[in-house]
Amino acid sequence: MSDRWVAVLSGGLSHERDVSLRSGRRLSAALRTAGLTVEEWDADGGLLDRLRANRPDAVVVAMHGGEGENGSVQSILEMLDVPYVGTDSRSCRRAWDKPTAKSELARVGLNTPDWVVLPHSTFRELGAQAVLDALVERLGLPLILKPDQGGSALGTQVVREAAELPAAMVGCLAYGDTVLAERFVPGVEVAVGVLEGPGGPEALPAVEISPQCGVYDYTARYTAGLTEFHAPARLSPAAAEEVGALAVAAHRLLGLRDVSRTTAIVGEDGAVNFIQVNVSPGLTETSLLPMALEAAGRSLGEAFAELVERAVARGGR
Amino acid sequence: MTAPGSQPAQQGARSLDPHLSRYAARTAGMTASEIRALFAVASRPEVVSLAGGMPYLAALPLDALSADIGRLVATEGLTALQYGSAQGMPELREQICEVMALEGIRAHPDDVVVTVGSQMGLDMVTRVFCDPGDVVLAEAPSYVGALGTFSAYQAQVVHVEMDDAGLVPEALRAALAAVAASGRRVKFLYTIPNFQNPAGVTLSVQRRTEVLEICAQHDVLVVEDNPYGLLGFDGQTYPALRSVEADNVVYLGSFSKTFAPGLRVGWVLAPHAVREKLVLAAESATLCPPAFTQAVVTRYLTQHDWKGQIKTYQEAYRERRDATLSAMEQHLPSGCTWTKPDGGFYVWLTVPEGLDTKAMLPRAVTQRVAYVPGTAFYADSFGSRQMRLSYCYPTPERIREGVRRLAAVLEGEMELLSTFGTVHRRNLSGPQTPTPDTA
Repeated sequence: MSDRWVAVLSGGLSHERDVSLRSGRRLSAALRTAGLTVEEWDADGGLLDRLRANRPDAVVVAMHGGEGENGSVQSILEMLDVPYVGTDSRSCRRAWDKPTAKSELARVGLNTPDWVVLPHSTFRELGAQAVLDALVERLGLPLILKPDQGGSALGTQVVREAAELPAAMVGCLAYGDTVLAERFVPGVEVAVGVLEGPGGPEALPAVEISPQCGVYDYTARYTAGLTEFHAPARLSPAAAEEVGALAVAAHRLLGLRDVSRTTAIVGEDGAVNFIQVNVSPGLTETSLLPMALEAAGRSLGEAFAELVERAVARGGR
Repeated sequence: MTAPGSQPAQQGARSLDPHLSRYAARTAGMTASEIRALFAVASRPEVVSLAGGMPYLAALPLDALSADIGRLVATEGLTALQYGSAQGMPELREQICEVMALEGIRAHPDDVVVTVGSQMGLDMVTRVFCDPGDVVLAEAPSYVGALGTFSAYQAQVVHVEMDDAGLVPEALRAALAAVAASGRRVKFLYTIPNFQNPAGVTLSVQRRTEVLEICAQHDVLVVEDNPYGLLGFDGQTYPALRSVEADNVVYLGSFSKTFAPGLRVGWVLAPHAVREKLVLAAESATLCPPAFTQAVVTRYLTQHDWKGQIKTYQEAYRERRDATLSAMEQHLPSGCTWTKPDGGFYVWLTVPEGLDTKAMLPRAVTQRVAYVPGTAFYADSFGSRQMRLSYCYPTPERIREGVRRLAAVLEGEMELLSTFGTVHRRNLSGPQTPTPDTA
């Protein structure tokens, strides 16, 4: 029985509040099973007062999107010198912004599908059709549109015809002012969790994602039964090793800490492509990291209890 | 798909739901939804929620109620906490008849069935009357919770046009003819005649008789849902359809808006033969409605000035309606139009051509304002230019702030529209099944 007590932060005001609350509930239950004392806190206007009045041994950030992943909450915890599980505020920023993360990986020669970043103002000032034409010329079709920041596939769309592009752009821009357009890479989508231990960051078994409808959108993600998963993924040993190495490389390169989850696509040509990395992976009943932990023979509570010990030993940095 | 360089699967696919093959076909639409996820944010105080139809309970005399409920447990606990009859407590059914008399209904307590909110009444009525494939007529737009119930029983909804005076009789005739021509059978017309949810309009007195006559001519039952009838801002009530026609109207009533929704006490008033079936249906669903909350309502109606409380509610909602309409007039961009309710909870807003209220909901949530997209109130995906605004819960000041934020959202969308032109938007993934936020 541990004598640690931790606050699990979830909720917040991002579009992913609902998912985060579910992650927080599941993680809290798992940590309690592992013997820790847990309080579940919503990240609201009373957070600073609560942290000052009732300082936990460590905070576990189970917030998704917005303040939980862009480094804001981490900055608060650092200023208050509260130990916490997860990536520090500055590195959060790099991973949170998808184009920045892709650039970092591309810079060291890792594969990531070609991309273009376009704010709404570019379309407005240069003329939408001309920019869309250039986009199709550059990336080809189909292509993927996604908000440059955010998760849970909110706002993400596969565009197969040029005529669908304006509507898809408008839908995507409802989630933010900037769109990341990416070349579509057919292949097998996998998620690879990375967990840090005494030996440094290690990849968990890759989880293969096979949505019934072909697109791993919000509904496919959070409705049990609409997506089939294989954990470990049905990859050759060489491919499995390569996606693991990619996830660890992304984790190291972006300066991530404790835990991350990289999404990758093993293309039809066998090449492994980095798609994005998440510093606060989903922990719901349909989320990928818990599946990867299970495939590795580990429990969610035990794994995060170890991360709590690392955070406490590290102090509020 | 098999991965490049793959080897035979080491283990089978995991669907995370071992019961997948066992579900009934009617569960097909029961999936996670982006819209529902966005409403999770609307519950935070930072967001001005014009989405949920939650009554303004701060207007209730909570201290007096608290003391009274304490006395109830002390003096009548052995019955109030016991099982009761499936039809509901006789004393409450008598009181319900007195409540309905305010809208001209003469009824016998034996024909009243107490339900767990009028939503359960709607569920039972649909269960009793509808086979899969049967047609239900409903106003366009109609209450999202009713559409969910009809869908659950695999009934097909055909919408009937409304205007500022409610259901359009000519459109009702046309809908009946079209359904008949298609060889299908209309089981009932579902209508909310007073301060309609979501449109806020009221069926004119003149049309009430006409609607009843048309339904009688076509042998179509009328299901009258009337949760807001006593919440007219000038105190005016309209004659209930049931007050005009007793044999062909099933009436749904509720204490959720005139007292408190947390008690979940509603009722059905039905012709004798129908009532018999509803009691059996209720018995199989819940055994009996909660005796405790029935006893609370009974004491409330006996010992409190419930008519005075309704006046208090009317005044609170009129003040909020006024704040909503004046803020809309002041802030919303040209091209927007909206209804002007004389009672109830809702304004129905139509935005300029080319905008899509469902697609822009994420932007609204980012701007900390929430509403319910119009498509939620149609069974046939119409309503993309509409939204329902509920003014019942926020303070007038918060309403004005919410409308200001909404105006900024609309301006942002119009700017996108001018950049990309009129486009056909994608649907956010997942269904729009009712939640307490949207109902």
